[in-house]
Amino acid sequence: MGQESAQVMARERAGPLEYSRKVWLRAWLVATFVFLYAPIVILIVFSFNDSRRNIVWQGFTLEYYDRAWQNASLIEAFTNSIVIALLATAISTVIGALLALALWRFRFPGKPALEGAVALPIVIPEICMGVALLAFFARTGWPTALPWPLNLGPIVAGHVAFCFPFVAIVVRARMAGFDRALEEASRDLGAGEWQTFRRITLPYMKPGLIAGALLAMTLSLDDFVITFFTSGPETLTFPVKVYSMVRFGATPEVNAASTILIAVTIVLTVIAMRLQRPTQTAETSA
Amino acid sequence: MSAPAIVRIEGVTKRFAGVVAVDDVSLEIRPNEFFALLGPSGCGKTTLLRMLAGFERPSAGRILIDGEDMAPVPPNRRPVNMVFQSYAVFPHMSVAENVAYGLRVTGTPRAEIAPRLKDALAMVRLSGLEERMPDQLSGGQRQRVALARALIKRPKVLLLDEPLSALDRKLRQEMQLELVRLQHDVGITFVIVTHDQEEALSMADRIAVMDHGRILQTAPPGELYEEPSCRMVADFIGTMNLFPARVLGAANPGIRVEAAGLGAFELPGMAPAGSEIGVAVRPEKVRLSRDPPRNGAIAVCGTVAQVAYFGDYSHVSIEAAPAVRITCYQTHRSRRDRGAVAEGEVCWVSWDPADCILLTE
Repeated sequence: MGQESAQVMARERAGPLEYSRKVWLRAWLVATFVFLYAPIVILIVFSFNDSRRNIVWQGFTLEYYDRAWQNASLIEAFTNSIVIALLATAISTVIGALLALALWRFRFPGKPALEGAVALPIVIPEICMGVALLAFFARTGWPTALPWPLNLGPIVAGHVAFCFPFVAIVVRARMAGFDRALEEASRDLGAGEWQTFRRITLPYMKPGLIAGALLAMTLSLDDFVITFFTSGPETLTFPVKVYSMVRFGATPEVNAASTILIAVTIVLTVIAMRLQRPTQTAETSA
Repeated sequence: MSAPAIVRIEGVTKRFAGVVAVDDVSLEIRPNEFFALLGPSGCGKTTLLRMLAGFERPSAGRILIDGEDMAPVPPNRRPVNMVFQSYAVFPHMSVAENVAYGLRVTGTPRAEIAPRLKDALAMVRLSGLEERMPDQLSGGQRQRVALARALIKRPKVLLLDEPLSALDRKLRQEMQLELVRLQHDVGITFVIVTHDQEEALSMADRIAVMDHGRILQTAPPGELYEEPSCRMVADFIGTMNLFPARVLGAANPGIRVEAAGLGAFELPGMAPAGSEIGVAVRPEKVRLSRDPPRNGAIAVCGTVAQVAYFGDYSHVSIEAAPAVRITCYQTHRSRRDRGAVAEGEVCWVSWDPADCILLTE
């Protein structure tokens, strides 16, 4: 019986969705991954290349990591990026979370319009955002010659403007699964509105908050276009600095710096993805 | 009953955007009573319960709990606690944290919390599961957490919103008995909202039947079942054979009525001659036989239209006349039940005139 049915199975043609049984589909999959990731892999590999010109593999070295580390203006740009990312993340997390709560909890006139407006900074081309912010800061006469870190203000403001909608969307999605009866139960058991928010609503929001914050952070860290338009000569960020270095030729130093940025971004993204499915582990252990 | 009401609802109305959910309801619930609000979904029973808890404000009328007007009192200061339909167990807290929550947020000293937590968990038989998280609990256990969490607060009234609807049948019956035991042990007034008449009949001391925001009848289960005040209650509680009838005149004693398919017969009771009334009889009071019954009973002959088998008994539907069907039960007392009637057979059904319910409304 078993043999017979196995033979029948083997004779059957692979269905349209049985990707694993079609060789050419598997090849296609591999090709796709090569197309996507080969440039990045090459970038990382060549960051260890012992050659000034970044074309032929000459041997392994960490020299360019060291040189990047010694490059004072590169480190300064990196520090700027981190400070901007932290500030922009903190501000956009608060604004985004409050917006998400308002949209989740209340019904008010103009709510659909506001929901649409929240997604707007996400769909507007970055270049337009950049130009708009540049025009805005020029028009309002935003003070420029401020001491560090106050001179980062325009960049932080620009980053907040495109980061907080992502936070709002992530937190909103998280709250969609929240049972309103939990808040009522808390009130019923004697807790006030603030106590209920702190002890019941906030803990439920937390994975969404962290995921949203990390998302905002990665977006802020590697943003180029908007930063380019809002930064001055004193306020280079890491991506903008890398861009200016590339203009004088792509040395392994640029590769090394980029590799570090990729590593930071990947780590943050992985954490964000982990946190977005928080109950999974608890359920499987039950 | 001379005891003062623990809950007094005076002419309460609740409107949602022009829709009347609760319509001028007045009700008194006595101390230590197991009280049920029964009705189909959308009848306003949950809204009424939520007004007791303080989650909705009455559009008109007053609610007094233990003599105190609840209008200015927010939900967190009311002497009532609620068991939610979804249980609303806090997912990020352990069983112990969930149950102790109500004491902790109100600043109860730690030394007092520990023994009360222990008692509450023992009461709902959850001892030993203190450290479990809600996603490691079964539906029944989660409900016990919700119960313990409410009872630990020692409320004057415990409100239960469809507490058993999410459980499977067997567990539901178990929890029904357990709730009655619990109510007996703690001596707290329970107000339960349910759409399940069996649940209400088996658990409650008194039941208020609601429909379209109004209370149709408030009575103990037996009275509600045997003496429904109107067609709606008669129809909603249990199964009922209902016949439209016309009063022919007075008889000695009682009245003489005529119903389509049944002919004319005499009933105890009073109604003006010529009026249209309803005559109802419960299926378990209807006798089924192959031979004509003895005198004195209301009897009618018909064919068996349908037999629905339930294991312990069958519902038998007899067609006495076109569009006149009478339901009765046939208990299977023996494994080889030769007396069982089959579809298409001609049978007699009969019942005592005293078992008839006269419905003038």
